[in-house]
Amino acid sequence: MSSRAILTHVYGWLLLLPAAVLLIGFTHYPAVATLADSLFTVGTAVRPSRFVGLGQYHGMLDDPIFWKVMGNNAWFAVGTIPTSIALALAMALWVNGRLPGRGFARMAYFTPTILPMVAVANIWLFFYTPQIGLLDQVGALFGAKSHNWLGSPGTVLGCLIVMTVWKEAGFFMIFYLAALQALPPELEEAGRIEGASRWYFFRRVTFPLLMPTTLFVLVNATINSFKLVDHLFILTKGGPDNASSLLLYYIFETAFSFFNPNYAAALTVVLLAMLGLLALIQFGVIERRVHYR
Amino acid sequence: MKHVIMRMAAACALFVLAAFAGAAPAAAKTELTLYYPIAVGGPLTKVIDGFVAGFEKENPGIKVNAIYAGNYNDARIKALAAMKAGQPAQLSVLFSIDIYELIEQDLIVPFDDIATTAEEKAWLKSFYPALMQNGTYKGKTYGIPFQRSTIVMYYNKDAFKEAGLDPEKPPASWAEMAAMGQKLVKKDAAGAVQRWGVMIPSTGYPYWMFGALAKQNGQDLMNADGNKTNFDNTDVVGALQYWVDLSKKHKAMPEGAIEWGTLRTAFTEGKTAMMWHTTGNLTAVKNEAKFPFGVAMLPVGKQRGTPTGGGNFYIFKSAKPDERKAALSFIKWVTAPERIAEWSIATGYIGTGDNAYATDTLKKYVAGFPPAAVARDQLKYATPELSTFQTGQVRKLLDDALQAAITGSKSPADALKGAQQQADRLLQPYR
Repeated sequence: MSSRAILTHVYGWLLLLPAAVLLIGFTHYPAVATLADSLFTVGTAVRPSRFVGLGQYHGMLDDPIFWKVMGNNAWFAVGTIPTSIALALAMALWVNGRLPGRGFARMAYFTPTILPMVAVANIWLFFYTPQIGLLDQVGALFGAKSHNWLGSPGTVLGCLIVMTVWKEAGFFMIFYLAALQALPPELEEAGRIEGASRWYFFRRVTFPLLMPTTLFVLVNATINSFKLVDHLFILTKGGPDNASSLLLYYIFETAFSFFNPNYAAALTVVLLAMLGLLALIQFGVIERRVHYR
Repeated sequence: MKHVIMRMAAACALFVLAAFAGAAPAAAKTELTLYYPIAVGGPLTKVIDGFVAGFEKENPGIKVNAIYAGNYNDARIKALAAMKAGQPAQLSVLFSIDIYELIEQDLIVPFDDIATTAEEKAWLKSFYPALMQNGTYKGKTYGIPFQRSTIVMYYNKDAFKEAGLDPEKPPASWAEMAAMGQKLVKKDAAGAVQRWGVMIPSTGYPYWMFGALAKQNGQDLMNADGNKTNFDNTDVVGALQYWVDLSKKHKAMPEGAIEWGTLRTAFTEGKTAMMWHTTGNLTAVKNEAKFPFGVAMLPVGKQRGTPTGGGNFYIFKSAKPDERKAALSFIKWVTAPERIAEWSIATGYIGTGDNAYATDTLKKYVAGFPPAAVARDQLKYATPELSTFQTGQVRKLLDDALQAAITGSKSPADALKGAQQQADRLLQPYR
């Protein structure tokens, strides 16, 4: 290789360097370190850390709270993902049409998105509060009895799901709206001439054309259902009796409240593996079918 | 091409230089880094900044850098991370119940080793004994009380009058609280409850409220060495049974978990006639309540009882001998009666010793606002807050058990028995 060619190579690598350093330093190295940490016990000044192999993972199988938060997380995902996507699509179709005050309606739908999750949780905390909360006050007008929404294991997770859907749907709506506006208007004209009903047109033309957007939104909604836990700090702290605790919140508790970073690392590996698997399914299997042919 | 590389090399060199410039050598005088658990820019930072400035003026050889680190959790995480990274950290105010964790990590030194003069030893004894319990391990003092609180009962005097009760006679015993609570419940024509009799919060810090009930029923939640809990003791189970009965049997309290964060609003909106809450809420209730309210000691079961709570001063092992001395002189200066009086009025935290309540400042304040004295008088009956080795996990076990019983998914005896078994497993290695 001539010295010029070597220089070109060096130049190329130097250009890559900043991005590579950041990516390795803040993404790949922590992931590997987490995996390594999860194979050791927690170390203290008195009892130093020692290698236990898969011991932390065995412990996880016997940990009732782990199974509880996994179950909760599954319900949380099932509750939030389809609902927020369907709602986002409905809202996008609605504000894409010609209606008076369209700009205002779009803004109103988008507002929850720009609020920080912690602020949203503080607002909803007072919606759900028994007696003085909005929900109970409105209910009282219709003679409904006061209900302790966040204080009962039966309703608390549902309350979190409703709030999350409210927060997320507006954000997903924006993507649908952009996709809808990119659809060529000739299609609709052609459909009308052919005499297709609006529902038929939506089912056979609009919705299939929106599939790439739906995939994108689906990926985001899935990730969010595992990574959004800010509201738990304000609303329930995972209670009562873990009825609303989610996996990531449990990881936080384990690391920073129980001082057990190694078990937290093992839990994190499980979370990473799960998200990786979901991403594989979404991009590997569904990706191939979303494009309109 | 060549000078592209030259330029890059120069940029790299600059970058490295800039990184080193950040670590300029320290000045000759003793420097202390204090991690403090309040949010940056809050009203309390001004008070602490004032203390620091006053101290530096009187002690020109010492410089104090106060780092405001958010809440107790954040402050602990930041101080520990700083020490791990080799950054200086000599002293901090952290949760009083973190003591066992800090000892296990070998991070703190006992004050007895630093306070060597007779005057310093006398200072160590100048605090209320109840406040020292969470700061003592095997006879040595590791934590000096500073921002400390306790639980009191707030009650709505108008509601008492409306229910035909004497507004100057809050319930003094468990039986009275249940009976009066029942009387204070107000329902509308349709039978829906407009106002409850009493609320004890069961989210946020349920173990703290429960510490009061257990002590009132004659039992501490753990031993002094922090390696054994008493969750399945019959008196402790009885305390939880009473808490559950307040809603299930006496119908004086709503069913389900009661939210810590919104309880104060529920009280000031008149939705409950009595509430148990921290003294830290006194100023806020005073500002928000539109009705005359009273503050009373918690009622008597077999005896009185309330846990203390809040933050203590710790000195870290990583501090050098001269820095430890300097840290001690700072803590002594800040906990002088006059400063404690000023701090107590500004925050609502309790004064930490009789000498603080003997100052003119605090005497005058208590005379004008008698509720401030209730917390002080109740300190006689105080018990330490739940704190053990593995404290985060043990606390969570109890919290979960309490919420399981309160929401009705387990009986008090079953819930506490399960928590005790798991706590035993966690604490076995420390016995």
